[in-house]
Amino acid sequence: MDKYQINHLKELEAESIFVIREVAAQFENPVMLFSGGKDSIVMFHLARKAFWPAKVPFPLMHIDTGHNFPETIKYRDDLMEKTGARCIVKYVQDTIDQGKAVEETGVNASRNKIQTITLLDAIEQEKFDAAMGGGRRDEEKARAKERFFSHRDEFGQWDPKNQRPELWNLFNGKKNMGEHFRVFPISNWTEMDVWQYIYMEEIELPSLYFTHKREVFQRDGVWMAKAPFMQLKEGEKLEMRDVRCRTIGDVTCTGVTLSTANNLQDIIQEVAATRVTERGGRADDKRSESAMEDRKREGYF
Amino acid sequence: MSGKESGYLDMELLRFTTAGSVDDGKSTLIGRLLFDSKAIFEDQMEAIEKASLRSGGEDVNLALLTDGLKAEREQGITIDVAYRYFATPKRKFIIADTPGHIQYTRNMVTGASTANAAIILVDARHGVLEQTRRHTYIASLLQIPHIIICVNKMDLVDYKQEVFEEIKSDVEAISSKLSVKDVRYVPISALVGDNVVDRSKNMDWYEGPTLMYLLENLHIGSDINRDDFRMPVQYVIRPQSKDYPDYRGYGGRIMSGSLNVGDTVKVLPSGFTSKVKTIDLFTESLQKAFAPQSVSVQLEDDIDISRGDMLVKETNGHEPIVSQDIDVMLCWFNERKMIPGGKYTLRQTSAEMRCMIKSVDYKMNINTLENDPDDLEVNMNDIVRVKLRTTKPLFYDSYNVNRNTGSLVLIDETTNETVAAGMIV
Repeated sequence: MDKYQINHLKELEAESIFVIREVAAQFENPVMLFSGGKDSIVMFHLARKAFWPAKVPFPLMHIDTGHNFPETIKYRDDLMEKTGARCIVKYVQDTIDQGKAVEETGVNASRNKIQTITLLDAIEQEKFDAAMGGGRRDEEKARAKERFFSHRDEFGQWDPKNQRPELWNLFNGKKNMGEHFRVFPISNWTEMDVWQYIYMEEIELPSLYFTHKREVFQRDGVWMAKAPFMQLKEGEKLEMRDVRCRTIGDVTCTGVTLSTANNLQDIIQEVAATRVTERGGRADDKRSESAMEDRKREGYF
Repeated sequence: MSGKESGYLDMELLRFTTAGSVDDGKSTLIGRLLFDSKAIFEDQMEAIEKASLRSGGEDVNLALLTDGLKAEREQGITIDVAYRYFATPKRKFIIADTPGHIQYTRNMVTGASTANAAIILVDARHGVLEQTRRHTYIASLLQIPHIIICVNKMDLVDYKQEVFEEIKSDVEAISSKLSVKDVRYVPISALVGDNVVDRSKNMDWYEGPTLMYLLENLHIGSDINRDDFRMPVQYVIRPQSKDYPDYRGYGGRIMSGSLNVGDTVKVLPSGFTSKVKTIDLFTESLQKAFAPQSVSVQLEDDIDISRGDMLVKETNGHEPIVSQDIDVMLCWFNERKMIPGGKYTLRQTSAEMRCMIKSVDYKMNINTLENDPDDLEVNMNDIVRVKLRTTKPLFYDSYNVNRNTGSLVLIDETTNETVAAGMIV
């Protein structure tokens, strides 16, 4: 690499900052979705870089399923305090209480599907015209065809066959009243890039990402964490193991990994050697072969 | 071992696009690159095995890896650009996998717009077809710096050197008529893996590099214009806070060239000049910045600058051209055909304005590579040369000199759809 070249992480960073600034310039009322997971933490870090020394000119929004790891919420609140950013929290429980959705029942019950309703409601209520998400194209095959600027109709739906072509550095965020955009600033990052970047930038993460002892049980080959709202099926039993999270989502559908990695270098080693995609630990994608695409059409993240 | 020491953090990024028709084995080639570089995970492999069985195939179909959407999996064709990722210790790769059918020219143009390299697949049994010509033409029109012609399915022609050489000279005949800079030829079998990642034992006559070696070693340092500093202003950063009461930074991505603190820059369209006071990237204060970095630039003088303006440096007499009348090679993307004399929104760098299509000079027949001055109806996937008149001056460089400041898109004012991509002549 000569002195006028930057490494792949710096180039991805420059691209993401460009996209985030484009959102701030093209939309009147954008919002950045924040889950407390590593991807949204990196996305928020990039947003701070994009506007420094000014504050990030849009709020964050957390769609709270109520099925969180408590560590995630603490991390979120600490981060907002430290950076002076504003985070709007919307609760899936409210959607259920208002009768807009019926909670799934049974042992595999999850609020993953209902959170789409909460999200779309929030976008409408707050009149957001762009919602940035930490989705990456390497996560899942339906995401591989997602644009940076993804147009949604007045029902919040995605039409994968009618996506706007995206060329060079030119992003088209034009829309009619009532429509909005989803924007994915870290589209081109892989799981490995995210970890390397966190390491390079020394970004602080929730403790869940590092090894800790936790009561877990196995379901369909995936290790799940014990939580008050998780029901065990017959034959499933709790064990105390050394685990860490590869992704942080709803406790009901996010698996944990057996691991003793307690620092970023070890995690990078683990990711380099691992043979299962990070979404492999997510029960929500396993429901059918096109599970992700179906949810995205409806307006999922 | 730390990431920094292991070299993980010292990789270059290379973007490439792949073109070929359904039967050229393009998806198999990508599957092979991902598989041999170990970018395919066990659960993905399992899902593909399941899907292969369901669709009645006997062997694992590597192509299923790249076919993302439901409709495509059912029809077995790729209908949209899909992005794929893999990395070797040397480089991170982004593949824009684009379908090769005639009706999907727009997808190839899209994938090609950001690519450093294009892989064009030719079936060894069929030789150079119309679509090879089309793909090579689009690669040259979009000025992709490197083109790699992969002659695939060599196993089906007994690995014969004559077959490879004949195809090579046929492609050379096409490319000699086009402006392509760097063309390479590799005989491969994606299915078996010959010369993809590992050297083939079946083609001793071939002494060139494997495809993977090329991808890892192509010199991409000068793919971007390093000479002419251009930074379109994207967003004005004004904290107006206690700590930074007077900070006024121009946020933008450097599209070409480089910038030092103390350099004199000119602001377009006003023409005012000033000196660079600071270049910031978060808490880091830089002495020098260059394409493709995103930075915030402060100037010594208080000049009125907003989004759509451009900071430039004059080097060797090269400055952007300022004009309201431009000649453009346009690729039409929309089902609604182009309206002659029609008005569209034009977007180029961070500038936006209206424009009118004044005339269509000719349509490019991309199968024969000849200009047709008589057929001037512009439909989806057509490539035409047009004259545009803009409502205010555009500052640009010719696309051949600068891909980032010489490119534009047209947006339909009623549907808001991106209807065309243009390269300024």
